Order: sequence, then structure tokens, then C-alpha cells
Amino acid sequence: MTLRKKLPKMLIHLVLILFGIACIIPLISIISVSLSDETTILQEGYSFFPQGFNLSAYAYVLYKPAQLLNALKVSLLVSAIGTIISVLISAGISYVLSREDYKYKNSLSFYVFFTMLFNGGLVPTYILISNYLHLKNTIWVLILPYLAIPWFILILRTFMQKIPHTIIESCMIDGASELRIFIQMILPLAKPGLATVGLFTILQYWNDWWLSLMYIDKESLVPLQYMLYRMINNIEFLTRTASIMPGMNTVPAETARMAMAILAAGPMLLVFPFFQKYFVKGLTVGAVKG
Amino acid sequence: MAATNKKMSKTRSMKTLTLTMLALPAILVIFVFSYIPMAGIFIAFKNVNYEQGIFRSPWSGFENFNYFFSSSDAWMVVRNTLGYNTVFIVVGTLLSIIFALLLNEVISRKFLKTYQTLFFFPYFFSWIIVAYMAYSFIGPYGIVTGWLEDLGFTSFDFYTETWIWPILLTFINVWKGLGYTSIIFYAGILGISQDYFEAAAIDGASKFQTIIKITLPLLMPLITIMTLLSIGKIFYSDFGLFFFVPREVGQLYPVTQVIDTYVYRMLRQSGDIGMSSAVGLFQSMMGFVVVLLSNYMVKRVNEENKLF
Repeated sequence: MTLRKKLPKMLIHLVLILFGIACIIPLISIISVSLSDETTILQEGYSFFPQGFNLSAYAYVLYKPAQLLNALKVSLLVSAIGTIISVLISAGISYVLSREDYKYKNSLSFYVFFTMLFNGGLVPTYILISNYLHLKNTIWVLILPYLAIPWFILILRTFMQKIPHTIIESCMIDGASELRIFIQMILPLAKPGLATVGLFTILQYWNDWWLSLMYIDKESLVPLQYMLYRMINNIEFLTRTASIMPGMNTVPAETARMAMAILAAGPMLLVFPFFQKYFVKGLTVGAVKG
Repeated sequence: MAATNKKMSKTRSMKTLTLTMLALPAILVIFVFSYIPMAGIFIAFKNVNYEQGIFRSPWSGFENFNYFFSSSDAWMVVRNTLGYNTVFIVVGTLLSIIFALLLNEVISRKFLKTYQTLFFFPYFFSWIIVAYMAYSFIGPYGIVTGWLEDLGFTSFDFYTETWIWPILLTFINVWKGLGYTSIIFYAGILGISQDYFEAAAIDGASKFQTIIKITLPLLMPLITIMTLLSIGKIFYSDFGLFFFVPREVGQLYPVTQVIDTYVYRMLRQSGDIGMSSAVGLFQSMMGFVVVLLSNYMVKRVNEENKLF
């Protein structure tokens, strides 16, 4: 009897544990490669445990840290500025959309959510940004396009709709202005929602390579992810030259690649615990309606 | 009386004005980055040349579209885009519902938290990092490549074998998104009132009956909306998945090239503005039609579950 009851439970845990392992194993494998010795890798291949443990890949990648530090600076700056502005302006419009008594509520929601269904496409956007707004190779091109993302506005609006309208009314009776209600009542009450969307936004900015792939050629404005992408090509270029010139065979291509990936993914892992705290609550988009 | 009415309507319009001001920054951003490009779709009907600029270039009617649809690429990219997305939607949705149901069976908070944390990991990595991870398994020195070598498959190169990529890309895509979507569904299940489950328990319903008769039907609106949203994007692909993970190996294009990567390569590598915007417009129009159609169908089946 007990076994019959326990067996399904154990099976459920088994499936969940296996998938859980599958979720972190790739991270472990790139960490272990980055800590391995290049020649051992070339002979024996990658494995889940570091082979011939050493830090030479990191030494190689960090040898001339100027470029890396600069990319880190760009990523941090863009994520910080972008997230702050984005959360503020998304909160503004979400609040307005959550107000049943706002006169243009329906037309405004159509205006926002229509962009989830139809867009002008890559070419007109590219031409607008580069030829008319002249944002190419500026830090702003990495920030502005993501300031108002409809999906995040939807999450935030749903969250704010749950704040009882009576609170707003009682504030009005007390004579508070709309702006004051928004800043002093709504923003503090919507904190979990703001935190969730804020963390999604940080992730969006930090992990973005699209905007830099499209609009950045200038060395000083290359963010981490894009640098990582270019790094693959660079190391391949270096190894190719190394094989032509015999004296230069010291490029730890395989391990250095992974060391770079760890350096680019790392900072987000620090944000992870904060994220963890809020996401289930914030994601309860339950009965989302467009 | 008239005076108070006037005062009332004045405060009411003041209220509308302040609220509009609060929404204004977002309205502007959306206008500039979403609506102005919509006006740019006329480029698809132009024969753009650099000397004359976009506005003064001659009109070409449907020439760009004809050129695309008569090329062999058209069928390939449309087939890949729709094929992959269909598989992603079916496999992804089914698995996330199953995982949400499994998570719902876990009572211990400690386990629950651990699973949720682990499942969210893949969502946290950019596609470039995922491409590196994939490489660490299937690259020339990769772990799986090593296993295959031990089994006697020497020099098996994943990056040239076209047949394996549909499986690989589906696997990677599901791996990356499953944690996120299953937690959305799990949150949906948490939102179901406990009364239903208690009533079912009193009536002596089995676990399986409870899931089929209560959990799934009550989860249906959320499942429908999530599916509708992905069907709406069926003509769009995750650029990163198809661009970085197969590492731009030209040999793999027949099974990895999708509309998005095609438009990008057309624009950045061939510089063909007219044709890439024609393909882009085709993509947007089709996506739009598909959303309207599926919304209409859902509305006919069940009015409640419609998106708009």
C-alpha cells in the first residue's frame, strides 16, 4: 500500500530532478572546459569535470582586459540606465491602462497591444534608426528601442488591476492629485510587479545582442554579448594564423571561448536570487486579456 | 447646479490630462519605434537605389515580391519557419503543461523552490551563451561527439549533418523555454480556487479524474491565450536560435534558414533593401492574418477564451 502510494510520487520527483539536472549541466560543462588545459582538451575532448585544471584560459582572456572591461562597462551602463527609465515609463502607462475610469482606456490598449501583432519589419526600422534618427553607433540605440515592451506592460497592468480601486478613490477624497496617487500609493503597492518586470528588463538589456549586431560597429560601444559573438570569429581567426605561423601556437581557443562565455553569463547569475524571489508572484498573469 | 457640473467636468478632464501625461513617454516610444516603421512598408514596393534615396527611388509594384516567390529560397524559408514553429508550439505546450501538473504535485516547499530555480536557469542565458553550450556538447571536441567516438562513430560532425538539426533545434528551444512556460502554467494552476479540488476529493475523484475534469478545463483560457500568442508569431522565429546555434554554417542553411535570418542576411550581406523589406512585409501581413484567423476560431469554439 505505501509503495503503491509512494511510487507515483517518486516517479514525479525523478522526472523533475532529471530535467533540473539537464538545465544546469550545460553551465557546468562550459565552466569545466574553461578551467581545463587546452592540450588535454584537444586530445581527450570536453568533459563534465575540469581536465588538467588551470586558469590559463582566463589568463589569456584577461591578459589585455581593456576591451573586456570596456564591454562590461557598456553592458552595465545600458542595463542600468535602460532598466530604470523603462520601468518608470512602463509603470506610467500600465497604471493608466489599469484605470477603468480612464477615458481613452480602450483605444490606448489597442494602441499598445496592436504592436504585438503587426510591425513594420526589420528594414524600415533599420532605415529609421540609422538614416533618420542617426542613432547608429551611439549608446542610445542600445537603450531606446526597448523602453516600452508591450508584454512587460501587459504583465504590469494585470498586476496593477489587482490593486483595489477604493484605495485610489479614498486618496482622491483626501484631495491627493493623480500624480501624487501614482507616486505615493501605486508605485509602492506595485513593488512586486515592478520588481518582476524590472528583472525581466535587466535580463533583456544584459542579454541583448540584436541591437549591437544591427547598429554598432564602433569598438568602444560593443557590449559583452556582442563581444562574445565576435570573439568566436576572432579566436578562429587567431588559430588559423597560428597554424600558418608555427611559432604562435599558444592560443587556447577552445578553453578561452568558454572562459569568455562564463564571464559574460556570470553577472546575471548574481541577479538570479533576486529574480527567484519575485518571479512566480509576478508571473501570475492568470487571466491575461489583451 | 450648472456651476458644479462645470467644475466636475473640469476636474474630470484634468484627470484625463494627468493620466495621459503619465502614459505619454511610453506612447511616444511606441510611436517612434513601432508605428513609424509601419509607415515604412512602402519600401517593399520600391526599387531602392542609393543615389536617389528611398523616397525618390522608382516604384516597382510587386516586383520584389515576385522575385522572392519565384526563387527557390521562398519555399525553403517559409517551410522552415512554419515547420519549426508548429513543432515548437505543440511539443513546448504539451511538455510545459505536463511539467506544470508535475510541479503541482510537489508538496514540499524546499523541493518546489529547488526545481523552479533549476528550471529557470536556461531562460537566463542569451542565445550566444546557449550556442557556446551547444558547442561544448556537439562541437568537434564536444562531450556528445566524444561519446559517439567511443561508440565507433569517428569524425561525426554535427555542424555538417543536416538531418539532425530539426531535432537539435527543437530540443534546444524546448530546453530553453520549458522552465519559463511551465512556471506560467503552474502559476495558472495555483490561481484555481481550492474549493473545486476539495469538492472533487469529497466526491472521491481520483487524481487523474481531477486533472482531466478540473485542472485542465480551468487552465484552458490560459493555455488558449499562450497558444494564440505563439500562433500569432508563427511567421517569426527566435533569431538567436537559428543564427548563433548553427554557427552560420552555410551547409546547414536548408534546415536552419528561417524568414528572420533570411531577411537579416539579405539586408546585411547582399544589401538588397527592396527584397528584404518585401519579405519582411510578407511576414508581418501573414502573421497578422494568422492572429485574426486563430482568434476568430477560438471565438467560435469558446467566446470566453478569445484574445480580443
